[in-house]
Amino acid sequence: MNTTILNQHSEPSNKHYLTKLYWLETKFEWLKTIRNPSFAIPAVLFPVIFYLFFGVLINANNIEASTYLLATYGTFGVMGPALFSFGSGLAVERGKGWLDIKEASPMPASAHIVSRIIVSMVFSFIIIISLGFVAFVVAGVNLTLSQSLLLLITLLLGGLPFCLLGLTLGFILKAESAAAIVNVIYLPMAFLSGLWLPINMLPSFLQSLANYLPPYHLSQLALKVTQQDMGGSVLNHLVMLALFSVIFLALAIMASNKRQA
Amino acid sequence: MQNVNSNIIASIKGIHKKFDNKLALNNVEFDIKANQVLAILGSNGAGKTTLINMLLGRLTPDSGRISVFSSDAGSQNAKQKTGAMLQVASLPDTLKVKEHIELFRSYYPTPMAYQKIIAYAGLEHIENRYSKKLSGGEKQRLLFALSLCGNPKLLFLDEPTVGMDITARQKLWQTIRDLKAAGTAIVLTTHYLEEADSLADEVILLKQGSVIEKGSNEKIKSCVSSTTIQFITPATPFKVANITGVISYDQYGKYTKLQSNQGNQTLIELLTIKPDLKELTVTRAGLEEAFLQLDKNVTKNVKDAA
Repeated sequence: MNTTILNQHSEPSNKHYLTKLYWLETKFEWLKTIRNPSFAIPAVLFPVIFYLFFGVLINANNIEASTYLLATYGTFGVMGPALFSFGSGLAVERGKGWLDIKEASPMPASAHIVSRIIVSMVFSFIIIISLGFVAFVVAGVNLTLSQSLLLLITLLLGGLPFCLLGLTLGFILKAESAAAIVNVIYLPMAFLSGLWLPINMLPSFLQSLANYLPPYHLSQLALKVTQQDMGGSVLNHLVMLALFSVIFLALAIMASNKRQA
Repeated sequence: MQNVNSNIIASIKGIHKKFDNKLALNNVEFDIKANQVLAILGSNGAGKTTLINMLLGRLTPDSGRISVFSSDAGSQNAKQKTGAMLQVASLPDTLKVKEHIELFRSYYPTPMAYQKIIAYAGLEHIENRYSKKLSGGEKQRLLFALSLCGNPKLLFLDEPTVGMDITARQKLWQTIRDLKAAGTAIVLTTHYLEEADSLADEVILLKQGSVIEKGSNEKIKSCVSSTTIQFITPATPFKVANITGVISYDQYGKYTKLQSNQGNQTLIELLTIKPDLKELTVTRAGLEEAFLQLDKNVTKNVKDAA
């Protein structure tokens, strides 16, 4: 009889308990991140400063170039928090033994991952809004409301494959070298995908290589909003991004299992 | 059946584990009981950490069975009733003590009251401190606090007092005794044999992955309680091994050091043979010498068998 009473009570309280758990995990992941200036400041400032230089000052009065580079630096911007929060953030916590404590607790692994995805997305949002401010106010870029929203949503969701890549790196990399290695992957991949210089300015063999890099496909989707892309189909880019996501997810699961073998 | 086993919280049966062909655990068996502190002792590499990770479900044995609260180790049921204080180099720097605790309390459906955790772990005046500002001992106390968040029925403490000063250490020992009295089963690994001696009801000695001795603290102490006799090795040799009570002997530099389980008898015979022994000292072996002794005996046996 006691068990029946307990069960009746545990149903709503169980839901409440999980809601609170996910909320607090996200809240403290957020506080942890913004209180760490060596992450928060470069993550937002780098894309904005790069865009200000290359997208606005060098291309003064070239609104077409400023519009183009808004999409590519936007892609560059959302990759950063995804790769660093997951990649080096997780690698450091793992290396110091902190992840062991969390794994020994009944915290669902999904809470840890979902909270990091949300925090990455909030950072991405701040970066895109900052870039948009520079683009609209300083460079005079003109997008319709629906174009602006479409670009925002494309870039926000486009951060997901990079979260998964970061997750894999977070399980593999050593704490001491994680940030450096993430940079070695992040920066060349951004350049080779045509995020800094338009892809058609790169040599043709590099252009064909870009097909195998996820940022290229995300930037092409973002450029589609202003019809400045290379003309590939939306479906093709979506399939490629989905494929990369599946590969990164599988690698992340393998890396996580290997850790616990 | 329930009466017999009611205080057994976890049972470990016939565990084997190999890493890269090296045997990490070999046929390990024991039970963990409520109201009891179980100390797992062994030198580095003996298999303590592997064993703890297995009890937490973070490693799976190659063969054998572990059941924790009648569930698999690492199951949600087991995790909700278990607390673990593991060795952690550092906590995320940018969260405060109270935030860490608030977060960990949310992981459990029926957490321990916040103030109770603070009091148990002695964190009263540093609740608002960021974890990067904590001293080594304060960090250990915070980790201890986190292990209590779920009101655990089973608590793992891996080297809990590393970096603590004597006052903090003794306060933690008292807390461990209080938790034990309240029914918690505690599994302790430690390098401080004094700590094990002061807290443990049951002791397990691990050596190269095997249990070389297990039993109550008293039993372990009695089977290893011996007297250490040391003196300058005389110029003319004599057979130390033939003297009554001598379990083992060794030479350290100019000294001969022997362990005896019948100290008085050994001394009488020794002084009869060599009345002019120089710098003769007699000390009662503590758990530490005893542990080293047991550890060494096994090494000898292993070598003999090989």
